[in-house]
Amino acid sequence: MALTKADIINTVQADEGLTKQQSTDIIETLIEIIKSTLQSGEDVLISGFGKFCIRDKNERKGRNPATGDDLMLAPRRVVTFKCSGKLRDRIN
Amino acid sequence: MNKLELISALKKEANISKAEAAKVVQLFFDHMAEALARGERVEIRGLCSFYVKNYASYMGRNPKTGEKVLINPKKLPFFKSGKELKERVDY
Repeated sequence: MALTKADIINTVQADEGLTKQQSTDIIETLIEIIKSTLQSGEDVLISGFGKFCIRDKNERKGRNPATGDDLMLAPRRVVTFKCSGKLRDRIN
Repeated sequence: MNKLELISALKKEANISKAEAAKVVQLFFDHMAEALARGERVEIRGLCSFYVKNYASYMGRNPKTGEKVLINPKKLPFFKSGKELKERVDY
């Protein structure tokens, strides 16, 4: 079973003694802050967890795996995640 | 942006106390870390998902000395950006 947003909302609700609506709003706000920060091109560093980094990818040559046609992949901007040492130790 | 700045932003945007914002942020990431430590998947719609990938042991080389070293098997979280985040970050 995967951990979902609903699970986190339930824990916040129970731990903080909030209503379901309140905890949903807080978690949605938190997620929105993370998203808009990344959208603005800024990294998000969570000590003990990891770092969400913004990386600019250059244009490069690719190939359509189905047809084998050559094509150019446009430059793009992506999010990467760098795991913190603490999290890595916890998983292993 | 670091964790403290994230807490301040959440305090302001959600209109809650700093202590409460700090607890929610801590809970959010702790929860995900715990699930990953149990080997579970994490899926936050629109933001990202994580799953734990197993890496087998292999013979590596110390790039400085050229010595052969055995790399033990390890587990690492594998990050996948959510659809909405991917589209919003890209230009």
